[in-house]
Amino acid sequence: MTQLATREAAKARQEDVQRRGRRLGWVSLGLGVAQLAAPDTVRRISGVDDSPTTRAVVPLVGARELVHAAGLLTSRRKSVWAWTRVVGDAMDLASLGVAIAHRSGRRRRRLVAVTGAVVGITVVDLLTAVQATRAKKIGSAPTARGSREGGPMELTATTTIRKPPPKVYAFWRDLGNLPTFMAHLEQIRTTGDRTSHWSASAPFGKDVEWDAEIVDEAPGEKIAWRSTGNADVPNAGTVRFVPAPDGVSTEVHVVLSYDIPGGAVGKAVAKYFGEEPHQQLDDDLRRLKQVLETGQVVRSEGAPWGKRARKEFPQRPAQPLSDSELAKGADS
Amino acid sequence: MRANTWAGRNKVKVRDVPDPKILNERDAIVRITSTAICGSDLHLLDGYVPTMQDGDVMGHEFMGEVIEVGQGVDPGRLRVGDRVVVPFPIACGACGACAAELYSCCENSNPNAGIAEKMFGHPVAGIFGYSHLTGGFAGGQAQYARVPFADVGPLKIESDLTDEQVLFLSDILPTGYMGAEMCDIQSTDVVAVWGAGPVGQFAMDSARALGAAKVIAIDKEPYRLQMAERAGHTA
Ligand SMILES: [Zn+2]
Ligand SMILES: [Zn+2]
Repeated sequence: MTQLATREAAKARQEDVQRRGRRLGWVSLGLGVAQLAAPDTVRRISGVDDSPTTRAVVPLVGARELVHAAGLLTSRRKSVWAWTRVVGDAMDLASLGVAIAHRSGRRRRRLVAVTGAVVGITVVDLLTAVQATRAKKIGSAPTARGSREGGPMELTATTTIRKPPPKVYAFWRDLGNLPTFMAHLEQIRTTGDRTSHWSASAPFGKDVEWDAEIVDEAPGEKIAWRSTGNADVPNAGTVRFVPAPDGVSTEVHVVLSYDIPGGAVGKAVAKYFGEEPHQQLDDDLRRLKQVLETGQVVRSEGAPWGKRARKEFPQRPAQPLSDSELAKGADS
Repeated sequence: MRANTWAGRNKVKVRDVPDPKILNERDAIVRITSTAICGSDLHLLDGYVPTMQDGDVMGHEFMGEVIEVGQGVDPGRLRVGDRVVVPFPIACGACGACAAELYSCCENSNPNAGIAEKMFGHPVAGIFGYSHLTGGFAGGQAQYARVPFADVGPLKIESDLTDEQVLFLSDILPTGYMGAEMCDIQSTDVVAVWGAGPVGQFAMDSARALGAAKVIAIDKEPYRLQMAERAGHTA
């Protein structure tokens, strides 16, 4: 399944859980209101109208049902609230067991019938709770941290730039331009018509370098490349330049994939990309847009070093830089 | 230079800080002749807006004289010696939002747009002296300020209008005007403005300028109502 299809399926499952949870919420509401508003009727139907204790217990159970109802109807966390219903069912069944043991005849028959109904409800509650818990586990998104053991990581990002596709394409095709906006790249040297030599900054480790080649390209439309030889982190990328509906701009669609190794290098890479690896690529494209639309990566006093800004949060204060800070540059 | 800086919740300090410097080619440095405190500065002061840091220079409503321009500033648009009012949102003039004249939605002027996007669900433009969420730009409650994209935002004042007559173009006059403009005022309309503070006063004047038959000020402070009456509105 593609990533998108997986996400869609998880979403559908989550919606189903929400729907079932809400249904149980309405059941709780009905039971709770009945037990609070007409406790004597409930006691008679259940066959426990002979015990004065139940006069206090039935409304209490009703109040508890209202708590379940409130949780199930208002919270998105259906798994937690479905489990509270299962616990409540267990309490009810235990009380009913005690009541049956002390009664005979018509009252006992009524209690057995009520117990049967509660067992049925318990089964439904249990199924919903289990399903809600499972949907929660499947629905949570994988992060780069999960790839510490190594494996492929795919990143996608998109931006719209107010320049025509041939211009955006030409800027990207001149690979030496990539380090001006891509945070992790130090330098790209063109070594042939389709080949190049890339170097990246720490935390890939010192002097991480690799060769790459363009494997597919259509001028003004698309560039695809991949690393060659013994790259520490084998990687590939595709960028497509699509004319935007406004007739002036270009949609830039980027897909990068990294084959993250296990061990120390893999750990460093995972740490570098952090919890939200997509954020970095998003920021890279934001800077690409700045460069193409305004001429430069935008700097502020708080984030004065362009593409290295992200690593500096909390930032330096938003107050002018001193001469020595400015002279030292990003390494100060 | 001297500058008003944030020093923690409910604390500001006037401190000595370095003079601003050109960081991008289209920057200008402005010697500030007049500056204002905005009602929205209170949200920074009391810690309501996150990402303020100790030492941040505050202020987003200022004007002054251009004393330096970067090499990328079009001399046809701005030169040293020009007298300018600086609008509080920083706008690049080249993105889709700027092309649609929605300068406060500029897509390029906030280097911390990614963080803002995460927090608000959408990015916001750069703003002078208004937290790191809006870019971490030093503000204008200072002797000098750096103005990015100086060939786009700053309004040149070429007449002999005084600072006080034009300073409010930096934020609150357009804010009040926008409120009135959104009402689609007709010549038969009676317009009531709730809140006769500075923005409200400008909204009233704007409503009259846009042709309202009558403008009514509503406030609990007598001095504000008197000010509205002096301007010819009904209190
Ligand atoms: Zn303001
Ligand atoms: Zn813009």
